[in-house]
Amino acid sequence: MLGLTVDQLLFLVRGAGWTLVLSLLGFVGGTILGLPVALARSSKLKALRMISSAYVQLIQGVPLPVIMFVVYFGLSIGGFEVPALVAAGLAMTAYSSAYLGEIWKGCIQAVPKTQWEAAECLALTGPQRFVHVILPQALKIAVPPTVGFLVQIVKNTSYSVVIGFFDLTYSAKVLNNSTYKPFLVFSVAAALYFVICYPLSLLAGRFERKLKRV
Amino acid sequence: MDPMVRFQDVHKSFGAVEVLKGITLDVPRGDVVVLVGRSGSGKSTALRCINGLETVNGGELHVCGEKLHDGKTDLRKLRQEVGIVFQSYNLFPHLTVEQNVTLAPRKVMKVGAKEAKELAAHVLAQVGLSEKAQSYPEQLSGGQQQRVAIARSLAMKPKLMLFDEVTSALDPELTGEVLRVIERLAQDGMTMVLVTHEMGFARGVADQIVFMHHGKVWERGGAEMLRAPQTPELQQFVATDL
Repeated sequence: MLGLTVDQLLFLVRGAGWTLVLSLLGFVGGTILGLPVALARSSKLKALRMISSAYVQLIQGVPLPVIMFVVYFGLSIGGFEVPALVAAGLAMTAYSSAYLGEIWKGCIQAVPKTQWEAAECLALTGPQRFVHVILPQALKIAVPPTVGFLVQIVKNTSYSVVIGFFDLTYSAKVLNNSTYKPFLVFSVAAALYFVICYPLSLLAGRFERKLKRV
Repeated sequence: MDPMVRFQDVHKSFGAVEVLKGITLDVPRGDVVVLVGRSGSGKSTALRCINGLETVNGGELHVCGEKLHDGKTDLRKLRQEVGIVFQSYNLFPHLTVEQNVTLAPRKVMKVGAKEAKELAAHVLAQVGLSEKAQSYPEQLSGGQQQRVAIARSLAMKPKLMLFDEVTSALDPELTGEVLRVIERLAQDGMTMVLVTHEMGFARGVADQIVFMHHGKVWERGGAEMLRAPQTPELQQFVATDL
């Protein structure tokens, strides 16, 4: 099939599976860490704003493959021999938390100030204002750009190839080394990436149109 | 008895711009005081000082017997006693009408779910919107949304209600329904301070009309004041505004 054996194709599909696993790790980790980043970025406390801003600047100012290297070798120098999946997962977490934090900060600030004021005038406490009034509205605004960013996460997991993590890109590289059909192998890999990302793009677009209607 | 609100030579500046230049004014309990004046005269700022949305820079402001802005004011307690309704309604779009009304009673006053529902039914009946309890704000007209905003404030059982140009964003045919709700509140004895451009309404509902000009109380009196202005400024205002 396609000039590749079924086993060879399945090898690529297995790589794609690990790409999905790493994407999920990156998204879950990025969410857990990104939410506090978003909160800190829109905090009233200057110190929190500065620390979180420095974190975001740092992560956004370093290429993802370099983050992968730093995490992977940093951990092993620190005496932690971890599987490539863990190192790649941590690097993806750092990467996506910085971007998601920034996206969500924008969503929190997109809720009109008058909503804060109305909640304040009803004697709600600061946390109550945020949880019951601001957050539900910010979440709704956040859905389209967050789903859109999932595509970036999936594609960028391919950088984990630099630390030898077995994902779709890595499996394609290995397969190419044995088949010497680079164009064919990488085309199939490209198609697999597309199959994962395209539905996400469609979904993001649909959410965006839905949000515009309201 | 102490007045509900007492301004004593209150000053307020935004940066270098002094917006209130020594306001002295009493709002007796049960009275309806209407602030009128051109935009920029300081009437909305004066109103917003009453519930602590703006802090005064000088003079003294007493609300419900408490002196504000001495650094010890419990703003949350104040806001349980003072309700405010805004020009742009500011309903919570993700909540139903009933949830808008019950949010603060449930979270702030810790009212139980069943009691909150009854409370909502009561205040929504007061503004004539009982059948809209399960609607979302976007499904309502501007006038209906503003009435929900009034109900939301009433649910906190305030001692004093503030209205900041609550009909200015409404189409003319929708202002009547909102003004009637406010009139009924006045008849029930609610103490209120209103900022409005509706002169006919002001004359009808006010116990006291306060004409503000350049950050000062320029002229004050009963409804007859608008018919016989003492100062040229009010004369001009009445002539252009009516």
